[in-house]
Amino acid sequence: MMNLTALQLGEKIRAGEIGVAEAVTAALGAAENSRTNAFVTLADKEKCLSQADTIQKKISTGELTSPLAGVPIGIKDNICTSGLRTTCASKMLDNFIPPYSATAVEKLENAGLIVVGKLNMDEFGMGSTSETSHYGAVKNPHDENRVSGGSSGGCAAAVAANETFISLGTDTGGSIRQPASYCGVTGFKPTYGAVSRHGLIAYASSLDQIGPIAKNAADCAEIHKIIAGRDPKDGTSLDLPETACIKGVIGKKIAIPEDCLIGNGVDEDVKNNILETAKKFTEMGASIDYIKLPFNEYVIPAYYIIATAEASSNLSRYDGVKYGFRSEGANSLLQTYNATRAEGFGMEVIKRILLGTFVLSSGFYDAYYKKALQVKALIRKHFAETFYNYDAILCPVAPTTAPILGESLSDPLKMYLSDIFTVTANLAGLPAISIPCGKDANGLPIGAQIISDVMKDKVVLGLAQAYQGVQQ
Amino acid sequence: MLIDKKTVDYVAGLSRIQLDESQTELMQTELGKILDYMKILQNVNTEGVEPLSHVFSMTNVTRPDEVTGHFKREHLLANAPDRTDEAFVVPKAVDV
Amino acid sequence: MNWDIVIGLEIHVELSTASKIFCGCSTAFGGEPNTQCCPVCIGMPGTLPVLNTRVLDFAVKAGLALNCQITRYNKFDRKNYFYPDLPKAYQISQLHLPFARNGFVDIGDKKIRIHEIHMEEDAGKLIHSSGKTFLDYNRCGVPLIEIVTEPDMTCAEEVIACLTSVKSMLEYLEVSDCQMQEGSLRADVNLSVKPKGSTEFGTRTEMKNINSFKAIERAIAYESRRQIEVISSGGEISQETRRWDDNAGESFVMRSKENAPDYRYFPDPDIPPISFTDEFIASIQENQPEFAKEKAARFAAEYGLTPKDAAILTTDKNTAQLYEETAKSASPKETAVWMLGEMMYLASTTGAKPKITPPPFAEFINAVTGGKTNRTAGKQVFEYVFGGGEDVAGYIEKHGLAQINDDASIAAIVEKVLAANADAVAEYKSGKEKAFGFLVGQTMKELKGKGNPALVNAALKKHFTES
Repeated sequence: MMNLTALQLGEKIRAGEIGVAEAVTAALGAAENSRTNAFVTLADKEKCLSQADTIQKKISTGELTSPLAGVPIGIKDNICTSGLRTTCASKMLDNFIPPYSATAVEKLENAGLIVVGKLNMDEFGMGSTSETSHYGAVKNPHDENRVSGGSSGGCAAAVAANETFISLGTDTGGSIRQPASYCGVTGFKPTYGAVSRHGLIAYASSLDQIGPIAKNAADCAEIHKIIAGRDPKDGTSLDLPETACIKGVIGKKIAIPEDCLIGNGVDEDVKNNILETAKKFTEMGASIDYIKLPFNEYVIPAYYIIATAEASSNLSRYDGVKYGFRSEGANSLLQTYNATRAEGFGMEVIKRILLGTFVLSSGFYDAYYKKALQVKALIRKHFAETFYNYDAILCPVAPTTAPILGESLSDPLKMYLSDIFTVTANLAGLPAISIPCGKDANGLPIGAQIISDVMKDKVVLGLAQAYQGVQQ
Repeated sequence: MLIDKKTVDYVAGLSRIQLDESQTELMQTELGKILDYMKILQNVNTEGVEPLSHVFSMTNVTRPDEVTGHFKREHLLANAPDRTDEAFVVPKAVDV
Repeated sequence: MNWDIVIGLEIHVELSTASKIFCGCSTAFGGEPNTQCCPVCIGMPGTLPVLNTRVLDFAVKAGLALNCQITRYNKFDRKNYFYPDLPKAYQISQLHLPFARNGFVDIGDKKIRIHEIHMEEDAGKLIHSSGKTFLDYNRCGVPLIEIVTEPDMTCAEEVIACLTSVKSMLEYLEVSDCQMQEGSLRADVNLSVKPKGSTEFGTRTEMKNINSFKAIERAIAYESRRQIEVISSGGEISQETRRWDDNAGESFVMRSKENAPDYRYFPDPDIPPISFTDEFIASIQENQPEFAKEKAARFAAEYGLTPKDAAILTTDKNTAQLYEETAKSASPKETAVWMLGEMMYLASTTGAKPKITPPPFAEFINAVTGGKTNRTAGKQVFEYVFGGGEDVAGYIEKHGLAQINDDASIAAIVEKVLAANADAVAEYKSGKEKAFGFLVGQTMKELKGKGNPALVNAALKKHFTES
């Protein structure tokens, strides 16, 4: 049963072939026996079953009409779930039980999905490998010696290993798309603001976005339909315009940035698979052009300055006062702060907090933070121009396939640089999807990325669905 | 640009994170490397470019002035490391 | 050597919205600790601020009243620092683009310039006890505006005049209740001294925690004396923040400039920018109320008050409102006499807030002018009205405070008094006018203060002219 897509499972539930309780039991069992270390916390079985019971009834009375009603879902552990421990994979929040749920979670539950567990990740979303977790690294189901990608590594690995039907992740600089790529599943980052951030524990507020990781783009589209929309609890959230999901590809203009294929550490296998994907799109009736992205070499510094600056402020609230970890034995307020934060955060998080504090500190603000926001403005403008001429951009998700565990953290700068193809979508607020498009010589999955203009989430999802339709 | 130990200490102090000797050294090296790399940003001509803090140009997103009821105090205090029935508790704070 | 004192103010004003600036919690003062809180104002993970629309209305009203230019496009910034009263470890404030700039406050013969006004959120309250600190976040997130003046004041009188004027305007606007004792109006005082006539400013200190006009006076006197003494004895003033301790009558160093915090301000990514259209600003401007200065001029003209009396009656909104409502249905002159005399006297001697309302107050004034009670007995009636009493006629009746207007009763008492005070009668007859007053007093005393003074006078006069 676990190899069904979410929509397939939903259909079987509605047809009465599979009971909701049966699906929940299977999902909890698969999560419990995870071989990828994808789960941090499992939901209480009794509670899930009682929920299943209610939902089963509501499906039969027609009260619940979502095609995903009754489908169990895993949630990344930086998205708040009322009454269910939410840790951000950090010692700092090891015992944190939020008294509220994220709006996205509430919407999923209202549609009849059942939260079965919380998924492992890089601590506070800071990492590209899901190795910085307080609960141990997530393993790649295609090769357990390799990383799952990050930061939503648990989400991608669990879906790929059939340990969950579908999951909800978050993406600040590629955190949905890159692990989806490494694990060979589909991950979608919506337009910034399309999904409310209320209840998403902030890493970098201007870049964070919630989105699904699933077995295919159709599942992603269905989740997106449920969770998107303006939320009065998030002033930066918005309603996407109602445009039909484009079914066809004919006449679509797709651009491939040349810099994404040459240099930048791009593997030959990755490059060839992207070219293959491009060819498929032309066969389906799209036209392909090669373009230049003039600011490509500046996106990583701009991204890391903005992300860490915001993070340094967002993570200041973890001070051992209101919730979470507090260092024992400190006997002054200052010591409590200093020791709590030194012991509660891992080194990658500490490094990013220090970096962010530095770029905002007196005398450096203009040269770093302000400069980065100016570069962001240029990038945004450039994409607006590009999407005046093109419907979408096609490029790799990552320069390589999944690296060996432990390799990346030894060279942090290299790890940061590997985010080069994903961070642009966050800086410019664009919707982007990662779809599996082949494998390298080691049999490891490669992901292709489709990016479109802001608000055009359906263009991205439509192209991805069309591609996957042809592939099947 | 390699940053000095004093800067690492300053930034760690601002961040309220106590680093030991070896952590300070590690941070000095790693932050130095990253900041050194970030220098390339200075090559971009940004003259006259307005810094973009929000991707969308929406303004005045507000809510009405209504009291929407309060959270149960017990729920707010439930996660606190040290508390009474009605308040959070910390070691004695002095003026800042 | 003579010295000039240079003072600037940072005035924090809590806006009287119903809910907090970024969440739906109540702003009411004095609730049980942490009962007016939610995950947003307590800074719980994943929560986001959403701006209260009325804060913008109130802020712009205040900005326009203080003659400021309103910043058409402004933003909120984060001010980052660790302190337990600040649950997010940053305060949402405005640094780069404050909503108002370049205004002034009129204090009569002088204008105090306003540098800027910005919006921000208030912090929580700390309660120190037995070596620990207890945190109450009820106040956390109450909307504030901070008014920053230029260093244009030279003495405590000007500072108090400036604060009084700001307070009066904000009260007229109904954007704040400006209660210093509840902390809804707080002022930090920046002060420096320089040799008289010198054009160069001295090093300034900032004094915090000053909670009343009296304390402001004391703090300014103390700090200027301290600075002059330091400089006179060859020392130097260091730029520092000091905490005023009103009980000790001294200020203490909180932190020096070298330890000035690095707040790492940056635009808050959670709050989209604010834009004020010309139409919005014009609509606020059109609906601004009549402020003290204009109202005083009108009162003087309409009710025949002296400019000084009119100014006093219009300083604060409630007083002006009480006066005008009462004067609609009672003698404006007599109303002013009672408000400026007995009401101010009772308020200052008892420290009680007047609970007086216009209808019983007008009835009382009419009772006095209509001869139902006289001024002496009326004081007791007024005290009743001052305390919130409404049944004026009933009170006069019940306590026997009605004026005695009956000629026969008065004549009888006059006879009695004259008989008992033969000496005084003789004195008066021998030309000592003063004795007449004594006899009036004695008669009033016998009448327990309730005699109609005109009738008493007449009865005595009648006796002497007839005898």
